[in-house]
Amino acid sequence: MSFLEYRVKQAPVGLRKVLYLNWPLVVLVSTVAAVGFLMLYSIAGGNLDIWARPQMERFAVGMVLMFIVAMVPIWFWRNMAGVAYLISFILLLVVEFFGDVGMGAQRWIDLGFIRLQPSEMMKFTLVMMLAAYYDWLDSRKTSRPLFVLIPVLLTVVPTVLVLLQPNLGTALLLILAGAAVMFAAGVSLWYFGGVLALGIAAVVGVFTLRGTPWQLLHDYQYRRIDTFLDPSADPLGAGYNIIQAKIALGSGGWSGKGFMQGTQSRLNFLPEKHTDFIFTTLAEEFGFLGAFSLLGLYALIIGFCLVAAFQNRDRFSALLIVGVAANFFFYIAVNLSMVMGMAPVVGVPLPLLSYGGSAMLVLLVAFGLVQSAHVHRPR
Amino acid sequence: MRRTARDNEEVARTLNRRTLMLGGAMSAMVAVLGVRMRYLQVDQADEFKLLAEENRINIRLIPPERGLIQDRNGMLIAANEQNYRVVITREAAGDVDLVLRRLAGVIPMTPEELERSIEEVKALRAFVPVTVAERLSWEDFSKVALNAPALPGVVPEVGLSRLYPLDQDFAHVVGYVGPVSDKDLEALEAPDPLLKIPKFQIGKIGVEKWMEDTLRGRAGTKRIEVNSAGRVMRELEREDGDAGTDIRLTIDAGVQNFAQARLGEESAAVVVMDVTSGDIICAASAPSFDPNLFVRGISHANYSVLMEDDHRPLANKTVSGAYPPGSTFKMVTALAALEAGVISPDTRVSCPGFLEYGDRRFHCWKRGGHGTVRLERALGESCDVYFYDIAQKVGIDKIAEMGRKLGLGQRFDIPMSAVTEGIMPDKAWKLERHKADWRVGDTINASIGQGYVLTSPLQLAVMTARIASGLAVSPRLVRMVNDRELPTPVAPPLTLNPEHLTAVRLGMYDVMNGERGTAKSSRIVEPTLVMAGKTGTSQVRNITAAEREAGVISNDDLPWNRRDHALFVGYAPYDAPRYAISVVVEHGGGGSTAAAPIGRDVLLRALTGGLPPLEAYPTSQRGRIETMLNELPLRDPLTGQTPVRTRA
Repeated sequence: MSFLEYRVKQAPVGLRKVLYLNWPLVVLVSTVAAVGFLMLYSIAGGNLDIWARPQMERFAVGMVLMFIVAMVPIWFWRNMAGVAYLISFILLLVVEFFGDVGMGAQRWIDLGFIRLQPSEMMKFTLVMMLAAYYDWLDSRKTSRPLFVLIPVLLTVVPTVLVLLQPNLGTALLLILAGAAVMFAAGVSLWYFGGVLALGIAAVVGVFTLRGTPWQLLHDYQYRRIDTFLDPSADPLGAGYNIIQAKIALGSGGWSGKGFMQGTQSRLNFLPEKHTDFIFTTLAEEFGFLGAFSLLGLYALIIGFCLVAAFQNRDRFSALLIVGVAANFFFYIAVNLSMVMGMAPVVGVPLPLLSYGGSAMLVLLVAFGLVQSAHVHRPR
Repeated sequence: MRRTARDNEEVARTLNRRTLMLGGAMSAMVAVLGVRMRYLQVDQADEFKLLAEENRINIRLIPPERGLIQDRNGMLIAANEQNYRVVITREAAGDVDLVLRRLAGVIPMTPEELERSIEEVKALRAFVPVTVAERLSWEDFSKVALNAPALPGVVPEVGLSRLYPLDQDFAHVVGYVGPVSDKDLEALEAPDPLLKIPKFQIGKIGVEKWMEDTLRGRAGTKRIEVNSAGRVMRELEREDGDAGTDIRLTIDAGVQNFAQARLGEESAAVVVMDVTSGDIICAASAPSFDPNLFVRGISHANYSVLMEDDHRPLANKTVSGAYPPGSTFKMVTALAALEAGVISPDTRVSCPGFLEYGDRRFHCWKRGGHGTVRLERALGESCDVYFYDIAQKVGIDKIAEMGRKLGLGQRFDIPMSAVTEGIMPDKAWKLERHKADWRVGDTINASIGQGYVLTSPLQLAVMTARIASGLAVSPRLVRMVNDRELPTPVAPPLTLNPEHLTAVRLGMYDVMNGERGTAKSSRIVEPTLVMAGKTGTSQVRNITAAEREAGVISNDDLPWNRRDHALFVGYAPYDAPRYAISVVVEHGGGGSTAAAPIGRDVLLRALTGGLPPLEAYPTSQRGRIETMLNELPLRDPLTGQTPVRTRA
């Protein structure tokens, strides 16, 4: 059932919309972002200008974008889903052939004020696209093979492009985001079971084909997996990151070493401490209390999103909110698993905390969509 | 496309159910993350805290300041010099080539040094400071400081390094320090961790080596925080160590300097000893070398010169040189015979110029012979036949016993390197060493300090001191440790018949002052300083019968290394002995001409505490002596006061 069939006239209009925003969500997101500024300030050794200030500026821009997106009726965004997906896809193709490569794998388009990563955009335009698809699809056809194949292709094709970059982390998140929306839309559980079985087979394949000309991953990706499985085997090389991250986390103890007192981060033992490993600094300086509180804040954000999804009787809106929430969750889960030594280091930033403009802007725009869906929900 | 309400209900239910399932899965995952967090941060916190501390904290040793070495009056022999050096850090310098080239324009640096420094700086990590120049003059050092703005990354620093201000004078006694070698480390069972500091300096020979433990001190430690690259961020804690202990030697730097200068370029050694305390007043070995060269790292060329010199400047001849004592041994033979009761001071022996034993003929140095001699004349004129004769009566074992009683054939415990035991042979020794029986001929040779007998100048000085004082004095090199006087050991009496000692001393008096004394020309005429002594000339080759037939070849006609060693022992003043002296001039020729004059000059220097007074010399010699003394390259001025300590 689509929004057009609801009493749209009951949706708030004009500036009154501001009152109908999901304010708890806004506050929670801002709080987490503020924690991020604090950490970036600390990691820079008390210097605002290195990371904290640019991050704050981007956050400000992101918040403005979020409000703008939230003001625009959700049906407009539904209609734009295909276009947004297409633009992301084309940009993905463009960077594949013309993009800049740096830091190992990330590909971006330099727009001057920001380095746009199409793969980041893709995560949320894919969610929009799939939500719109299931909004359009007759719910009785949801589990038919042909209509399962379409969203699978919509997910897999950009994933392959991202994998080629190569960017294992984002590819993983794309798959998970697609799967989450399909799952919420009600695709038969058998499909998921089948994919799971295939996944296991793939893992086996990855390992058995290693060293042969047909090996499925880059050597460095294999090494990452090895390192994950046994970090101590290479304590000065790739295993160094994981070991040092765990030391930082663990040495934080119950209440941490205090703000700006984290020896692991201050003395540079931590790798990528302002980006992917920012959580370790927080855990080192604020201990289990701080780290667990952050986890709680994240859980609250997801919780509020899911509640908003329940409240929303519009199919597109609900699926979009669930998709964004799931995506947000996967980010966190993968990143935390990674820094806590439960998953290989795949290069996934921690949303709202890690330094980086692209991810922050895209995420805030996605929350803008959630807000728009919330403001314009059928009443 | 309109849908039924029923459909809508159904779809919404599915969506809600699936959302709930997703939410459940997410909650489960959040729980897993939370548990993991708790495990790492609470359960394993202590272990990780320890690891984090290990990461960031390094313990560094602070080298202690080495103890000073002074002469008996406090004059500085081994000091710690402020070492002005220049250090560069690549990271701070930026363009290393440019900065170092500019630096080379400010301070003296050869192009090779410049290239080597540039290479070294580039080879190390950017934040590691590299010493590019050391031991700069204060002027050059100031210039570097003045030009600081043009020399980014260049830091003038002050460190400490060992300095021997009296350079050559104490090279053998005090030795020198040098960087710890692998060999040094292997020799120690549990080496002080200090020794593992790169370029840490320890004593290599001499007092510096043998009193290393006293001089070194105890290392301090500092706990420093380092970052992941190893750069020092700050000092957390510091525990100061203890500086090394200062040492005062028994040696008088003035006498030592005089002796060293007096020996000049001869290959020779002089030992002066206090006859009652055993204090070594002077232990000079010539030629010498500058120990500072070794501290700074001696060049290969300089080292070769020292090694290849046939006068062996690196050897400490005072304690490591083992020489046949020649006639200076005759007091031992005499005392042995007297004590054994086989002769009295009045026993007469006829000297026809030789003594026949079996089919061998042992010659006296005086071909015509001395006629009938008693002990006093036998010593004064150094009659060999007299000692051949009495030695046969007393036997080698008694002679060796007396030799040992007087300090020969034993190693004295003094902190110097390569202290030799010498050889005081007896029957058992020959049997063990040469697997042969002792023969009377051996005794005859030994009686005049030839054959197997070997002594060091130190042993000869001890022997003379014991004869002079009648006490069993032992040599002592260290007078004070840490500004506290060490107890002067009280030497036990020799337990010799005083009359016998007096008889031998009388003979030694005659050597210097007798009408026909062998060292008459080296006598001291000043009544309060009168000297007694004994000359010795020891052969380093055998004189064949053919040679003797052809007439003994003059020493001057022989190549240097085949000439006789010249020896002299003596003490003064005769009535109230203070100092004993021994002089060995390798291949110097005759003891009376080459060694005795040196003995007199050095002894006078020690006794008077200033330049030898001309009045002490026989009138006829004064002009020559004055010229000689004026030409000595003496260190100036010898104030005898403790100089300002160069403590940092």
